Amino acid sequence: MKRSLFPGLTLVFCLVFFYLPLAVVVVGSFNDSRFGGDWRGFTLKYYNQLLRDREIRGALENTLVIAFWSTLTCMVLGTMAAFALHRHRSRLQFFHLSLIYSPLVAPEILMGISLLLFFGAVGADLGMTTIYLGHVTFCLSYVAMTVLGRLQDFDFSLIDAARDLGASSWTATRKILLPVIAPGIIAGGLLAFTLSLDDFVVTFFLSGAGSKTLPIYIYSSIKRGSTTKLNALSAILLVVTFLVVIISHFTAGRLDRSEKTKEAKASG
Amino acid sequence: MSKLNGRLRGINLGELMLTLPSLGWLMVFFILPSLIIFAIAFRTADAYGGIGDSWTLETILRLVNPNYPGIIWRTIWLSVSNTVICLAVSIPVAYYLARMDRRWRQWAMLLVVVPFWTNFLVRVFAWKTLLHTDGTLRHFLVWTGILGADQPLLYNSGSILLVLVYTYLPFAILPLYAAAEKFDFNLLEAARDLGASSPHAFFSVFMPGISRGIVTASIMVLVPSLGSYVIPEMLGGVDSDMLGNKIAQYVYTERNLPRASALAAVLILTVLIPLLGMMYINNRRQTRDRKEITDTLSHHTGIRA
Repeated sequence: MKRSLFPGLTLVFCLVFFYLPLAVVVVGSFNDSRFGGDWRGFTLKYYNQLLRDREIRGALENTLVIAFWSTLTCMVLGTMAAFALHRHRSRLQFFHLSLIYSPLVAPEILMGISLLLFFGAVGADLGMTTIYLGHVTFCLSYVAMTVLGRLQDFDFSLIDAARDLGASSWTATRKILLPVIAPGIIAGGLLAFTLSLDDFVVTFFLSGAGSKTLPIYIYSSIKRGSTTKLNALSAILLVVTFLVVIISHFTAGRLDRSEKTKEAKASG
Repeated sequence: MSKLNGRLRGINLGELMLTLPSLGWLMVFFILPSLIIFAIAFRTADAYGGIGDSWTLETILRLVNPNYPGIIWRTIWLSVSNTVICLAVSIPVAYYLARMDRRWRQWAMLLVVVPFWTNFLVRVFAWKTLLHTDGTLRHFLVWTGILGADQPLLYNSGSILLVLVYTYLPFAILPLYAAAEKFDFNLLEAARDLGASSPHAFFSVFMPGISRGIVTASIMVLVPSLGSYVIPEMLGGVDSDMLGNKIAQYVYTERNLPRASALAAVLILTVLIPLLGMMYINNRRQTRDRKEITDTLSHHTGIRA
């Protein structure tokens, strides 16, 4: 059957559309001209300035601290939530599920302003802690849903079988259940980590003195119009993103396969 | 009381201990703050940018101010156009991806996912650079005569829409791909064998086959674009405000929290309409719906079951 060229061309068009602006930024980061635009020769000076910038280093540190703690919290709370949702079918869980869904669809600005008003009402000072609390709130659901996805594919009779064969409940959980859901928890955590690193809107509403994160730094640089270092910073972030996505893609694939062979061995 | 006891008896301690942390967290940091929005919309503002002590209807009544309907209308049409464009582009892309050779498909998916993972502000900055008045793209367009010498690319509704599409396209491609991947393409061949033309088979067999993906994709694009704030702020002009940046303006420039809350309440109601619509469409298909979202997420993260 002859296939239409149209869908393939749309994909190519999409990819050009996706990468064209990113390419312009990367090229600009090596351009020795103050305002972008015309090419004035190759330079690495922006990267040099970037490495010596204390403000950026501080912002990066804040961003990573917040992302680390909120990811950790989300992995614990989200995994527990997924277990509750999977193992129990009660009215409480119906309510629980609706509650887990809601942040997935709530526009960020609503979460930002509502938390701002909330922290104002309870008299909390805005800063790292309030940002952390906000980040957990919008990342939690992603971890819960990702782990839930793994649990749905897990056959719980395997645990019963292990118990019948003499394994303790802890051993059965550790040796059979954990390897299966671990990729789900890791994937959920990775998603939460990225969402936290990336977040601007909620962070912007909840940040106070001394809690500048990288996205907020980028935002205020664009606002101020002092974008000389931004190209270089963006290029570095792009490379890091590429590497993380590719590494996570392949390790996830490996985790998946090793676990499939384990399953095959167990059933064989 | 006995009814309450009966309900509580159905819930065991283990379930409660697993449920309470996430349930409690979301009640305190999600539900309660959302309710506060509605409460503060009825409070007076004090002179210092805080919230006054008394109640008033004035803020709500001022929503009829001739400025707001324009902003609400712009927010809706930009979001709806964004959704339509994203769907129109993503459906053929999802179709193509699902039929691709497995090896190539992995790489293509990777390329689609990377922009989704890239820092949002970096992407906005990239577009600002690309569309810049002194940028290469505008020089090129002026040189070819497509663009007049005094026509800007930035700071209008067009640039907002362009970057909205750029930002939300992956959100549409991923659920549609998740749906297309499960579609049985033999059905298309069968339709062709029975005499349907290619486009006819595409629209009457493939599209209904991925209808659930279409619903998920529409929601995932429409709802966040209704709340857009950074894109109109960075790429829009003076007269292309959307609800989101009007809200931020009330918080940071005019320091009037009750008015910001009133507009946020309007945004909540605007967002609820498509969400309730989706619930109506997906009525009584809860578990499959859940599966849909978990599948989409697994594509986001690149982990395949």
